[in-house]
Amino acid sequence: MAILIDKNSKVLVTGLTGRIGSFHAQEMRDYGTNVVGGVTPGKGGTTHNGLPVFNTVKGAVAETGADLVIAFVPPPFAADSIMEAADAGIKTCVCIADGIPTQDMIRVKRYMRRYKEEKRMRLIGPNCAGIITPGQAFAGLMPPAIYLPGRVGIVGRSGTLGYEAASQMKSRGIGVSSSIGIGGDPINGSSFRDILELFENDPETDAVVMVGEIGGPQEAEAAEYIRDHMKKPVAAYIAGLSAPKGRRMGHAGAIVSAFGESAQEKVEILSEAGVTIVPTPSAFGEIVEKMLK
Amino acid sequence: MDIHEYQAKELLKKFGVNVPRGGIAYSPEQAVYRAQELSGEKCVVKAQIHSGARGKAGGVRICSTDDEIADAAAWMLGRKLVTHQTGPQGKLVGRLYIEEATDIAQEIYLGFVMDRTEERVVVVASAQGGMEIEDISEDEPDSIIRSVVDPAVGMQAFQAREIAFQLGLDAALIPQAVKQIIGCYKAMDELDASMLEINPLVVTGGGEIVALDAKLSFDDNALFRHPDISELRDKSQEDSRETYAEDRGLSYIGLEGEIGCIVNGAGLAMATLDMIKMSGGEPANFLDVGGGASPERVLMSFKAVLNDPNVEAILVNIFAGINRCDWIAEGVVRAVQELQLTMPLVVRLSGTNVEEGRKLLNESGLNITTADTLAEAAEKVVAGWKTASTKNAEAI
Repeated sequence: MAILIDKNSKVLVTGLTGRIGSFHAQEMRDYGTNVVGGVTPGKGGTTHNGLPVFNTVKGAVAETGADLVIAFVPPPFAADSIMEAADAGIKTCVCIADGIPTQDMIRVKRYMRRYKEEKRMRLIGPNCAGIITPGQAFAGLMPPAIYLPGRVGIVGRSGTLGYEAASQMKSRGIGVSSSIGIGGDPINGSSFRDILELFENDPETDAVVMVGEIGGPQEAEAAEYIRDHMKKPVAAYIAGLSAPKGRRMGHAGAIVSAFGESAQEKVEILSEAGVTIVPTPSAFGEIVEKMLK
Repeated sequence: MDIHEYQAKELLKKFGVNVPRGGIAYSPEQAVYRAQELSGEKCVVKAQIHSGARGKAGGVRICSTDDEIADAAAWMLGRKLVTHQTGPQGKLVGRLYIEEATDIAQEIYLGFVMDRTEERVVVVASAQGGMEIEDISEDEPDSIIRSVVDPAVGMQAFQAREIAFQLGLDAALIPQAVKQIIGCYKAMDELDASMLEINPLVVTGGGEIVALDAKLSFDDNALFRHPDISELRDKSQEDSRETYAEDRGLSYIGLEGEIGCIVNGAGLAMATLDMIKMSGGEPANFLDVGGGASPERVLMSFKAVLNDPNVEAILVNIFAGINRCDWIAEGVVRAVQELQLTMPLVVRLSGTNVEEGRKLLNESGLNITTADTLAEAAEKVVAGWKTASTKNAEAI
């Protein structure tokens, strides 16, 4: 497989019977994703669009052997849903919800630490577009047709900007091994560094494109990892060059509040770590093509 | 969401934090009356705006007589105070807080932040109170004390004691200081605050610890569980363009330039602003129209963008995943017709139903420029804006 998801992943959809969960679960199945069921408390024992519905994640795991949860649960209830997945022994949980209170995320991260590292669930998101291994499966809300299967990994905070990168690459015949959205929240499940490490160890990935933005320490942390541990080439774009300081640019986490958090500073830090900088959001295709030569 | 100092103090009082006595006033007469109620020798007239550094802008004045109070109040009310946090347009003073004067022996900085590296609440303190934290970390970095709170158990008394001792407080003051620090943490935790700053926390001549100023910001995402706090919102402190958009559920930030932007996704929106800047233009706003945008929502976005009188050209950039380009195009066409838009408009559509979307735009017979890539779109809108503004200048 590439990373985190492939055609064998057994995907469980929490919030399956809701409008959004229902729609995207169908899209995922149409693409070939092995969706094994859904969870909606109180609707256990019924079926929804031909999928079995369970009351609890534990119950669903016992019946279906699900290993990946995608949560289409509204923000006020999302933290609870993530912790339920972690406790049920799920390997990877993708959380789409945009608007989870920060304190809820602090508790989620603290809660997940109660499990030993090898048994700890990997959380992707929240506030992300999901994950895809083109040609195999996806868990999220991206338009899968814009990804050509291939050998370049993508990791980014923004959904649509990630689409921009993938489609520019596709138009030059460059394919994607997996694309991972880590989300735009200030406190998220997996960092750039976490995902870069997976790509570095993935035999089916040759290079990585990183789509960062203003705010937070994760791009700088990634730069350190790239400099010290990565052999594969990395290209990066940082959004928000024109963002004023102290303003939250749409994403809850996209705010410059400390040293090293502006786009200019991040570009500098990454470039010093040997990362190829994508200077404009229209240059993903061209720069990645050059980098691969 | 930010609230005023007096509101923050009222909230903190409920958590056992010591604050000076005071009252709110909307006119010079009320200010004098409030001061008489306090019946001290001196009082402080404080302009209530959502910004720090009010003192330097003339928004804090110590007064001894009724005349002084009335004069200070008359000067502040209705005035726009400009600080380095308000931007050049300043913030309007609509209310005053009249507070008893405090005899200051020592000033302390006390802050609580959501730390993104720790992924926890971090308490920051310094004996160099009264200065801004940015300046303290620049000039007196060694004076900064940091303590990380474990969310499973909350802040513990020993942590507050450690901070108090490191601040060099007299042993007799420690229990009081612990109570203040824990009280602040509890307020932060229970109210879902994103930031709490007491600067300064003072030791008075009489050996009391008092929060002289208070700045409290809330996590917008958690306001659904604090309806009482949502009511503290003061729209007069917001950019009116942003209030209009926010009240309609749009994610909008007003900027200084002339090119209005309508984009889907926060990252792509930021990138679009960058691209405009790189092409020689200045963006007028950030606007994320969101996922699954209906034609009505697109029309509403146009209205939000056009609320800004500086806008002279508009760029629409959509990469549709859960959006549909045909819906976007329908919204664009309706906006041009209903709002009788004449300024340069460039639309770049990509993704779901892109062919249907482009067809709608092309067959509308309206003056809409289309583009295939983001770079092309940015170049076209900047060129269109430059031509239009030259023409306008000639017409004048």
